[in-house]
Amino acid sequence: MPTERDVALYRTMARIRAFENAAEEASRGSVAAFGASLSRSNVRGPLHLSTGQEAVPAGVCIHLEKTDFLTSTHRGHGHTLAKGASMERMMCELFGRASGTNRGKGGSMHIADFSVGMLGANGVVADGMPIAVGAAHAVKIRGEKRIVACFFGDGAINRGPFLEALNWAAVHRLRVLFVCEDNRWSATTPTDAMTAGEGALARARAIGVPGEAVDGNDVFAVDGAAGELLAKIRKGDGPQFLHAITYRFKGHVSVDAAAYRDKREVARALENDPLKIAEGRLASATVKRILEEAQAEVARAVAAAEAAPWPAPGEAYEDVQDAGSGRWR
Amino acid sequence: VALTTYAAASCAALRRELARDPNVVVVGEDVGRGGVFQQYKGLQQEFGAARVIDTPISEATIVGAAVGMALAGLRPVVEMRVVDFALCAIDEIVNQAAKARYMFGGQGRVPMVARLPTGLWSGSAAQHSQSLEAWFAHIPGLVVVAPATPQDNYSLLNAALECGDPVIYMEHKELWGLEGEVTEEKGELGRARVLREGRDATLVTWSRTVHAALEAAQKAPMSVEVIDLRTLWPWDRETVLSSARKTRNLLVVHEAVQVGGFGAEIAATVAEETGAKVKRLGAPRVPVGYSTPLEDEARVTAERILLALEKL
Repeated sequence: MPTERDVALYRTMARIRAFENAAEEASRGSVAAFGASLSRSNVRGPLHLSTGQEAVPAGVCIHLEKTDFLTSTHRGHGHTLAKGASMERMMCELFGRASGTNRGKGGSMHIADFSVGMLGANGVVADGMPIAVGAAHAVKIRGEKRIVACFFGDGAINRGPFLEALNWAAVHRLRVLFVCEDNRWSATTPTDAMTAGEGALARARAIGVPGEAVDGNDVFAVDGAAGELLAKIRKGDGPQFLHAITYRFKGHVSVDAAAYRDKREVARALENDPLKIAEGRLASATVKRILEEAQAEVARAVAAAEAAPWPAPGEAYEDVQDAGSGRWR
Repeated sequence: VALTTYAAASCAALRRELARDPNVVVVGEDVGRGGVFQQYKGLQQEFGAARVIDTPISEATIVGAAVGMALAGLRPVVEMRVVDFALCAIDEIVNQAAKARYMFGGQGRVPMVARLPTGLWSGSAAQHSQSLEAWFAHIPGLVVVAPATPQDNYSLLNAALECGDPVIYMEHKELWGLEGEVTEEKGELGRARVLREGRDATLVTWSRTVHAALEAAQKAPMSVEVIDLRTLWPWDRETVLSSARKTRNLLVVHEAVQVGGFGAEIAATVAEETGAKVKRLGAPRVPVGYSTPLEDEARVTAERILLALEKL
């Protein structure tokens, strides 16, 4: 018998999938890159989809309270939704509208919802890691019990902030769960081809951050592994590391057809769809209902975003800085 | 009113704020021992290692963590030792600290004061002697402060701590031992100080070259008004423009390399707005050499300022 938790995990994944599909649809021609040409689209600029990676945010974030913190990456819609942000306000943000989570100032790459502890996606690979560590350091200084979930990709382990942030978290025994959401691709380059040694988890262990690897397409496995690691963090064992191995269904950005990938590799990955895996535990009627609800929710979000007001041009000068915000001269 | 040094004045300002607000923390290398310039002397003993935090040599994460602390509600003071090392954290300063408030639509703010000691420092050569204030003044979201006196290092550090947005706070490494009287005078970001009134020429400068400029002005054959800009962003346009309208001649002086320096921004603005004659004096576009004769070639001195004034 599927439990309420199984259903909740699946619902989160279904909502992320529906959001990503709708965002992809709204981003056709969003940016001139990867051979695609620019056309008028509701979602502009580079849109990094997490389609296929839904089990990682779903399985981790089911353990988090609203007051816990989360930092994310340029591929951050799933983390933001799973942390509890409103789908409608997120879609408004992607559409650049005033009612967006960031009032239209961030878009997909900087999406954030501080009201649910989501401290921001990030346009620079690995840059969320020091920020997560700082938030966790603040938690320590104030004697709070919050957890910080720090999501990053496999490409991030080759940047300096990966080493710095893990070392800092270990030295100060901070309450951080580092989650390497390993989709095997660094933009258009296979990460394995650019990564020496034993990979993410071995590097973490060498720095003094223990952890485990998990099938990142099995939401129940992610849930279980994240639960164990978070229990250790809550017990005071210091930061922990979850290496969740998954696969990026889409290209680097939505207009990237990713034709550089081996077709068999992609076919195998599509067979290994995290939603399909989870559906094995659920009644088909439940699956149908959840997918329909997610579809309906995202349709409402898109309709709301299309109807939402644009920011006034003067908003460009707000929230720059109190002393010396610029203007045309 | 007390006689104190430039370093001790900043330490006193920080001590006051640490005592006033438990959310203020200090983050950086060697701050527990007082910092290499003793500008944190005694603070860890007084406020504890949990708030005056010694860190690894991880500049990117010192600033990145400060951003995270700030977004979580703290008010971090960041130590970078010298501005040259802050280049290891330029991404975190420019892409994270300066942008967070704006790109998150005002959901979070980064009330961080990053101390980036600047300038020549007795034979410290090419990687410990730079003046890079123009880099930071170029970036929307940052406030840039460069105090020249103990009083300003007290008052402006207090103002920076109260600012609420990221401040690049640039103390000059040859001024740490400078003594002066310090009162509780309130500092104001974006307010220059006219140090000397004059009729024939306006000399605008900041940081160490303020002192060279005063010396030059005293020796100059004409009547020179000397303005210490104190804050580069925002800068005090009104004070500078009204002085230039009066004297019709502007010389802007800085220790930074002249090419692309912040003096160009001031000179251009004065020329556009007042039609006054403008001239710049900054270091030649060469790295700072180690050997004294080489270092001196990059040093803006009272003599060089006098020559520039004569050419106005």
